[in-house]
Amino acid sequence: MKRADLRRLAAASMVAAIGLSGAAACSGDKNGGGSGSDSSVLLDKNAKVSISVDCQPPTTKPAQRKQWLDDIAAFNKIHPNVTITSKDASPCEQPAAFAAQLKAGTQTDLFYAYFTDLGAVLDAGQAADITRYVTPETVSTRNDIDPSVLDTFTADGKLYGLPRNNYKMGLIYNRKLFGQAGLDPDKPPTTWDEVAAAARKISALGNGINGYGEYSAANTGGWHFTAELYGLGGRMVTADGKKAAFNDANGKQLLRNLHTMRWVDRTMGETQGYKWPDLMTTMVAGKEGMYVGAPDDITYMVETLKGDYADYGMGPMPGGKGALLGGDGYFFKKSLTPDQIKAGIAWLDFKFLTPGKGQFEYARNKADGLPVGLPEPFFFTGASAQKESQNKATYATIPVANFTAYVSTQVPGLVEPPHAQEIYKVLDTTVSAVLTDKNANIDELLKTAETQVNQVLANA
Amino acid sequence: MAAITDSPRTTARRTRSAGPRPYGRAGRRLRDNLTAHAFLIGAVACFALFSWYPMVREFVMAFQRTRRGHTTWVGWQNFIQVSHDPVFWQAWRNTVEFTLLALVFGFALPFVVAIGLNELRHARAYLRILVYLPVMLPPVASVLLFKYFFNPSFGLFNAVLSALHLPTSQWLNSADTAMFSVVIAATWMNMGSAVLIYLAALQSIPGELYEASELDGAGLLRRVWHVTIPQTRLILSLMLLLQIIATMQVFTETFLLTGGDGPKGSTTTVVYLIYNYAFNFNNFGAAAALGVIMLLGLAGFSALYVRLFRESE
Repeated sequence: MKRADLRRLAAASMVAAIGLSGAAACSGDKNGGGSGSDSSVLLDKNAKVSISVDCQPPTTKPAQRKQWLDDIAAFNKIHPNVTITSKDASPCEQPAAFAAQLKAGTQTDLFYAYFTDLGAVLDAGQAADITRYVTPETVSTRNDIDPSVLDTFTADGKLYGLPRNNYKMGLIYNRKLFGQAGLDPDKPPTTWDEVAAAARKISALGNGINGYGEYSAANTGGWHFTAELYGLGGRMVTADGKKAAFNDANGKQLLRNLHTMRWVDRTMGETQGYKWPDLMTTMVAGKEGMYVGAPDDITYMVETLKGDYADYGMGPMPGGKGALLGGDGYFFKKSLTPDQIKAGIAWLDFKFLTPGKGQFEYARNKADGLPVGLPEPFFFTGASAQKESQNKATYATIPVANFTAYVSTQVPGLVEPPHAQEIYKVLDTTVSAVLTDKNANIDELLKTAETQVNQVLANA
Repeated sequence: MAAITDSPRTTARRTRSAGPRPYGRAGRRLRDNLTAHAFLIGAVACFALFSWYPMVREFVMAFQRTRRGHTTWVGWQNFIQVSHDPVFWQAWRNTVEFTLLALVFGFALPFVVAIGLNELRHARAYLRILVYLPVMLPPVASVLLFKYFFNPSFGLFNAVLSALHLPTSQWLNSADTAMFSVVIAATWMNMGSAVLIYLAALQSIPGELYEASELDGAGLLRRVWHVTIPQTRLILSLMLLLQIIATMQVFTETFLLTGGDGPKGSTTTVVYLIYNYAFNFNNFGAAAALGVIMLLGLAGFSALYVRLFRESE
């Protein structure tokens, strides 16, 4: 046996041993978390550890930045041996820069990414397996984190990250325009027929106001197509992920809805080719009645575009049969030492995963003038979820009633399809064709898109 | 042979070589030009690091694929994948369409403007600044300006067309007019540099040629045809080649004006596809393969162009 083979065998034996010990630690834990008996996963108080973390709020968000720094100081009182170096960014991930960082391996030790980045992060060989380190002892809410959320950080049974935020898509609407158009701002539309009817009334206000807006560029058209298809009960790909599944009655219905609103009702305006965050801009300008989005869109509209929380509401995804899930969190760089991984988990537990602390310290958020009451994140279950929602209700600063329809309607969450960006790009063309060509042949467009997505999946 | 041997030059060489030789010829040259070489090192190092090395890496990556952190050689697989991409041919068609439209407007228009400016007797300097101003604007600012101009609801262009009782257009919102709209913006943004180069070429034409042609009764068009164009043929052909290479790599304008794809993918270009592969799909192998295809295509075209130009001389 060659020396390299011997080394591989030794490494495999170690991994197997670790795996066995991990499995032993996990036995009896129905949620897959550790039993908490493995003291080796706890951060050694005497070990000097340094970690770098990105997504620190920028100086343009002084309240959030101060909270971040205060939290590091508070964390250091508990863990004086850990030095955290922060790197600010806004937005936290720029896809092009992130792809380059992954390729070069220049991201921070704990690096921010979207749920959908798992494949890219693993392909780049940049993520450390943190499975054995995440136990109820290291993450106090470990067993209360929604398993489907942890699944988005899991591949081949290994956990690679922890969540920071998650959301479910729904219908964002302008309550002010609803009122002006004679619609009930507390009863957002729940079907596409109702959306179309509301859009007609809003467009009738004139003055360049559109009833409904839709993205169709930079992959956001395909992204929204997916969200709307889920709402109607459709699926983007077959269960095995090998074939396109959107060329069906639901897909056709979706495109027909858009075509009717654009060309028959003329409730979508002349300007098309929108991409994120164009529709937020038009909504804050009072020119957009409704569009499909996530709760943090409203945060962006208020904090960045200076809108008012009172003006916006959110309803469930039209159709109500499914809602696209999304979110973000932190991965751990592959080159980290066990102590760095432990320190990183301790920081994430403190800052993002404990009700009443860090991002969930609602009393502080209220005092700092930050919004409290948005229906995200919602990745806790059980006792943690109860505690979190009680705190949120106690300190709410935004009109939470504006989200009642969204929160009270139970819509099953669905994850994005495999190779999401490639598929979204194909569907961008389909959606933009419907919105820019009055004579668009929907059957043909879907057939072409189906062929192209099948090619994408076959090439993957 | 004897004559050569006896020539003073050869004798001198022989005399030098008979003495001690602390350095070889190459060493002597190196010593004589040490300063020049020192100055060159920086430039060569920069080129090597930022131009040649990335090109070599691109060729290497075009034959590799990275999965789960492991990079493997995949032969022609990346080339097969990109050539089977549903939008591969559409991207090439769009790129060629942009290049041809940009040649009609972006190549001919600056030349006409330069001739016009050259003919002026007054305010030439002011007009030159005016023509060059768009180049000084950051491309993003120019593009955003045009995005507003093209807006079908409240944009400047449709407002002007409406005022003149002419039919309005969907501009960037229609697959039929999106690429044409991009060409208009690109021409406006880049025309200034070409005009300045043409002006410099025009001003190097000896005035006597124009005087002689005027004495022969030639009007403006005949002077342009028989004097200006032949005299600027070299610069025109060089600019044509550079413009084709530049326009085939169009990215900024389409990316900012239409988000890259445009209505029904009407503005998807090859470079945008490369960008998508690398930064949206994290498939650097496929991006590199498409980059290599484009590089070879442009290199082949340039070689053919130079050869045809030489033959026509």
